[in-house]
Amino acid sequence: MPFVYDENAPFWEGTRRHELMIQRCRECGSYQFYPRTNCTKCLSENVEWVKSNGKGKVYSFTIAYRPGGAAFVNDVPYNIAIVELDEGVRMPTSIVECKNEDIKCDMPVQVVFEDVSPELALPRFKPTT
Amino acid sequence: MGSLTKKAAIVGAAESDIGQTPGKSPMELMAQAAKRALDDAGLTKDDVDGLCTASMGGTWLLEVGEYLQIMPNWSSSTQYGGSSFEAHVGHATAAIAAGLCETVLIVMGSTSVSDRKLTMPRGAGPHGSDPRAGAVFNGRLYGLGGPVNSYAMAATRHMHQYGTTMEQLAEISVATRKWAALNPKALMREPITIQDVLNSPMISYPLHLLDCCLVTDAGGAVIITTPERARNLKKKPVWVLGYGEHFTHDTIAYMPDITVTPAAKSGEAAFKMAGLTRKDIDVTEVYDSFTITVLMQLEDLGFCKKGEGGAFVSGQRTAPGGAFPLNTSGGGLSYTHPGMFGMFLLIETVRQLRGECGGRQVKGAEVGLANGCGGLLSSCATVILGKD
Repeated sequence: MPFVYDENAPFWEGTRRHELMIQRCRECGSYQFYPRTNCTKCLSENVEWVKSNGKGKVYSFTIAYRPGGAAFVNDVPYNIAIVELDEGVRMPTSIVECKNEDIKCDMPVQVVFEDVSPELALPRFKPTT
Repeated sequence: MGSLTKKAAIVGAAESDIGQTPGKSPMELMAQAAKRALDDAGLTKDDVDGLCTASMGGTWLLEVGEYLQIMPNWSSSTQYGGSSFEAHVGHATAAIAAGLCETVLIVMGSTSVSDRKLTMPRGAGPHGSDPRAGAVFNGRLYGLGGPVNSYAMAATRHMHQYGTTMEQLAEISVATRKWAALNPKALMREPITIQDVLNSPMISYPLHLLDCCLVTDAGGAVIITTPERARNLKKKPVWVLGYGEHFTHDTIAYMPDITVTPAAKSGEAAFKMAGLTRKDIDVTEVYDSFTITVLMQLEDLGFCKKGEGGAFVSGQRTAPGGAFPLNTSGGGLSYTHPGMFGMFLLIETVRQLRGECGGRQVKGAEVGLANGCGGLLSSCATVILGKD
């Protein structure tokens, strides 16, 4: 369970609604991820939450053959990816509805949400059809 | 001549016992390395008035000072991973040049392998860090584990963008092992082939076991001092000629370009300060946490063009007898790797420039480059060293 507090809560509230929320600066227009109180470009505090269209492409990925923690012992081999959204921001994630060996860099993907528990939904990405 | 060129010299360098050191603490290894480095310099602890160190702990610098009973007038504990010790060389040189201190001990110790058997309290975040901010979005929710997963993603993208192959990455492991075979202190000295690397277990695609560094215990230390003092010691000074540093991110998803390390900037700054070109470097020691780390640093330091690292290391060009002597100690891949290897790049560069390397000595080595690359390809510090 991620540590949820004021700065990042709107992101996790968004995933529970199956919406991918990122931030945009009202002053300079820059998008950013992960959540921050200030704009990473101009340091303005005038930052708003906006809904991403959830589309992007695989920037890179790996297939883990050793678990990256006790919770993943039964999952190996599994993929871990970085997706670059159309808005230009990148996020760590994983690719679903696709065999590990079929994942390619720059492959177009779109967000899907996994309801892990009533409190937590995790964004993952599947190939765009 | 840049602002720090020949403003200080490394006059002592040594490692502690390495490999497995059961029952020892990091502090014991550090004290051992500090003693050996001071002996190497012909100096005593009383000569030291500056101290640099880095570890995972919060006020580690104070603990080290107290343990060694060094009460410095100047200190620095920049900690951005395994490249921290190259940064310490630059910072110490600046401090010496500014007259803030005369003789700095840069020291580290780690019992990475022996600590696996211990149960110790850990901090809440990934490195005992704050569990908020970026720590929530670092990829651990998706099973991103140790450094290998992050470096593997750099390799995947490099292969995609430039056509780099797993065979080319394996060339680096094979060549480095050949250097290790010439270093009596190296922990892994059995020859390996490209096929051995490709047949070793896949750890995190596209990196195999033999693309990964060792996990060992080790400590190390270097002594750096003023030009005046350096000229009057038992061994010839190894001068700081150029220095540069740069860092870009903490975790891998936020690396601006996953195929370009911060060495692109730190290297350029170091060459500019030294007033030297790539052709002037006789021996190169770059951080080899993984084979991909090496390949990208060679490109970013300008030894070849971006994307041509695979061709550059092919045909065992970096092995003993090859055109480009690289990681001559056997590196983190085959000599030792206590979690932060940068210290050992400095020690080997000093030894090469002094002509102390026996069977692995690079003939006529006058200028050497050590490039640390720490964190998750996060930070690089480049030190160019030369003899008189």
